[in-house]
Amino acid sequence: MAETENKSKVHVDKMDFYYGAVQALFNINMDIAEKKVTAFIGPSGCGKSTFLRTLNRMNDIIDGTRLEGKVMIDNSDIYSPMTDVVGLRKKIGMIFQKSNPFPKSIYDNIAYGPRIHGVKDKNKLMEIVESCLIKSALWDEVKDRLDTSAMGLSGGQQQRLCIARALAINPEIVLMDEPASALDPKSTLKIEDLINELKKDYTIIIVTHNMQQAGRVSDYTAFFYEGHLIEFGATGQIFTKPNQKQTEDYITGRFG
Amino acid sequence: MLHYWQREIENLKKLILSLGAIVEEQIQRAMLSLERRDTALADEVIIRDREVDSLEILIEEECLKILALYQPVAKELRFVVAVLKMNNDLERMGDLASNIAKRARYLSRKEKIELLSDFIEISGKVQSMVKKSLDALVNTDVMLAKEVLAADDEVDRLTKQMLKRTVNAIEKNPDRTKEFFSIRSISKNLERIADSATNIAEDVVYLCSGEIIRHQSEDFNPEEQHER
Repeated sequence: MAETENKSKVHVDKMDFYYGAVQALFNINMDIAEKKVTAFIGPSGCGKSTFLRTLNRMNDIIDGTRLEGKVMIDNSDIYSPMTDVVGLRKKIGMIFQKSNPFPKSIYDNIAYGPRIHGVKDKNKLMEIVESCLIKSALWDEVKDRLDTSAMGLSGGQQQRLCIARALAINPEIVLMDEPASALDPKSTLKIEDLINELKKDYTIIIVTHNMQQAGRVSDYTAFFYEGHLIEFGATGQIFTKPNQKQTEDYITGRFG
Repeated sequence: MLHYWQREIENLKKLILSLGAIVEEQIQRAMLSLERRDTALADEVIIRDREVDSLEILIEEECLKILALYQPVAKELRFVVAVLKMNNDLERMGDLASNIAKRARYLSRKEKIELLSDFIEISGKVQSMVKKSLDALVNTDVMLAKEVLAADDEVDRLTKQMLKRTVNAIEKNPDRTKEFFSIRSISKNLERIADSATNIAEDVVYLCSGEIIRHQSEDFNPEEQHER
């Protein structure tokens, strides 16, 4: 069992995952530490994104998928029939590769989530919008144009807006699927600095095919290959003395 | 605001400075144990060398981690590389201090030797070199680092002088030859500490200017080298 020293936020036990008849994940066991950054790396098709999406039941929307084993968040089984999926996703924010702001104002993008969760008070909403934009390091750039369309922002700004939007519902876990792979180096650095700030308050899980990025931002790294969790450990250890030859081959670019 | 890896580099700086502070204290206490014939103090120095060793390993691991995870460039790269090298030198200085303490322990049990007072000057010079090399690192001060380089010649001269005196003393008191060998060993250890301080100063120059100044003796004379 792969374990970390810190308090476990997510506990995955003997998980198998299938797309119809095709098995995509094999016997995954993992504890993900609270308020740390955990990165999933591995070649395309290794199952890292599939695994990420099992953590907030995003795979439910794909027909024919099936999961065996357990995913526990704060000791409760998220695949139990008792689980309220809306409540679960409120607890878990998600950021995708391509920024996907709503075609609305900057303000409305962030206020949208709190509003549908029942926040009506304008001052309270403004407070949420401001604090989320500050947390996502976007406030200074947009504070004078909150009522303009989010579509007018640059790619990097849009991605930080999506992070602000995810934070607005006050999640405990933030899942990021290749959050910076469509951005230029400067915007990427902003996102990476941001991830490092956010881990004070949130448990962050990031999928990336940029190994250097995993090295730079994460505390723990999990290497996946062909649906198997090959190695999981402290990022410093994985990148200086991995235990598995496959991990070594992948991170040194000698995979074949 | 510092980027996340700059915080790691700041942390590395703190670690190497704390290793430097311990080593400085180790040298000072080893010489004190010799001067005061204090075997308990000598024992403390010898035991504390383990702390130096484990800190050296921690620093090396931190350097490797920073290189592997952040791929630093330019001044940050030079800093990490310089720390890797200084780390070796400081650990070596710790060993030398511990060696001096072992000799001090031995000599404290023997009748007092007059020659010991001659160490005061050389030991003061060596300790000042160590202090300056570390201050040069803290303040990235090239001028101060160069002072350390200049002081090394003086330490070499004093060490040679000490050797002559030791040989004379052996000739006069051949029955105490073993003790005089300990004296010689202490003076050799001090000279090596000075050499390590010089290495650190050279690394500081490299760190600040990117210039590698080792092996640049202006009046290089192969015969003189041979004599040494």
